Amino acid sequence: MNMIQTQPHAYKPADYKSAVKPVWCPGCGDHSVLVSFQRAMAELALPPEQVAVVSGIGCSSRLPAYTNCYGFHGVHGRSLALATGLKVARPDITVIVASGDGDGFSIGGNHFLHACRRNVDLTYIVMDNRIYGMTKGQPSPTTEPDWDTAISPGGTGVSPFNPLVIALASGANFIARGFTGDVGSCARLIVEAVRTPGFSFVQLLSPCVTFRDDQQKEWKKVTHEAMVPETDDPGRAARRLMSDDGFNLGILFRGHRAPYQPKPLADLDVARLEAEFAL
Amino acid sequence: MKSLDKPGSAPTFDSVAEFFAQALAIEIEAWERYGELADQMETHNNHVIADIFRKMAHIEGMHRDEIKRRAGDALVGGRPASFSWLAPEGPEAIDLGDVHYKMTPRQALMLARHNEERATRYFEAIAEAATDPEIKAFAQIMAEDERHHVVLVDQWLDKFDPDDPDWAEDLDPPVISE
Repeated sequence: MNMIQTQPHAYKPADYKSAVKPVWCPGCGDHSVLVSFQRAMAELALPPEQVAVVSGIGCSSRLPAYTNCYGFHGVHGRSLALATGLKVARPDITVIVASGDGDGFSIGGNHFLHACRRNVDLTYIVMDNRIYGMTKGQPSPTTEPDWDTAISPGGTGVSPFNPLVIALASGANFIARGFTGDVGSCARLIVEAVRTPGFSFVQLLSPCVTFRDDQQKEWKKVTHEAMVPETDDPGRAARRLMSDDGFNLGILFRGHRAPYQPKPLADLDVARLEAEFAL
Repeated sequence: MKSLDKPGSAPTFDSVAEFFAQALAIEIEAWERYGELADQMETHNNHVIADIFRKMAHIEGMHRDEIKRRAGDALVGGRPASFSWLAPEGPEAIDLGDVHYKMTPRQALMLARHNEERATRYFEAIAEAATDPEIKAFAQIMAEDERHHVVLVDQWLDKFDPDDPDWAEDLDPPVISE
């Protein structure tokens, strides 16, 4: 028999798995995001010690603990601020940011705008379940206005946030949407997001089985591959995203903006930093 | 695997080694997935289902080892050059979205059965499409293995009573109901 050619520095998804077991509810889409992330890193063949995963607060933000990359489980809504600082200081490291629709679009909404605008080379994965799952199921910025429950009688009546349109208008260089029911496709989106320089925003529709048990089946039915190929024209992308049904999957925009990366200060060293921060 | 639902979409392989690499990847994926699901159920105190998934992981692990043995000289360690981690999940990996923390043994085993059937069809399709007699023969053996697994799961299913209609009822529900 012939021998298969193997790649010299091959990584497997399991190489990015930590010993900490996820506490997400069985059936939660975030499990699929974790698997997709591990597959994407293996495909990119990035050494785990060259990757940092930064998060805020919420179910989705537990992700760094479940990987054996460097991780920072930060403050609510501030993951992008942390990640921006890290990437600017250490441009050699691949920085992935994990967030949810509450953490990322409400508490961290302002940081989202300016991260898109600055276009630092980050990959921002938002696990969107249209709810605050960790705190008992309150409506989030992406919740439908007529979602009627005991905790939001009659629905909020407020139009949901459209994060992809906001990302485009604010200057994100890569915009994509996936559904966690398809692990391989989510992994592909993460790979492309990391490979594209600048700020990459990946919205992953990630059902909450506990507070929105209708989502899993419903999203399996309504999500679909985008009918038109990706574009680098912001005008076309804007028209497309404004008429989007919210369930188009794939890369929806990929631009050519150069990432923001300040040059490191020549005289910067640890001793000087310590001196500056000394109390 | 999605492509299974489309007629004429059976994967083809350039060599026996490539076939074994794919078969091994499928079994490793299934072994890992059952292990992950067992961990999830343990975390959520559904120990009966955790045990079932753990046993399924053990079975898939044995099948993985058997494929390595059959592969013989075809080195299938490492990552085959043609293998992509970005492909759709294999036919034996339970969809992570199909489980529930209160799920019953019958539901868990029906998921396992569904995947064993998908794997059977997958290898049958390869056997049918293969022009290399060695690949055809090995794919037929794999399909027979998977058929046997379906029988085993059926025997296991016979040991459990039909599900209680209130199986999902949680006396301490997370949802605020009023």
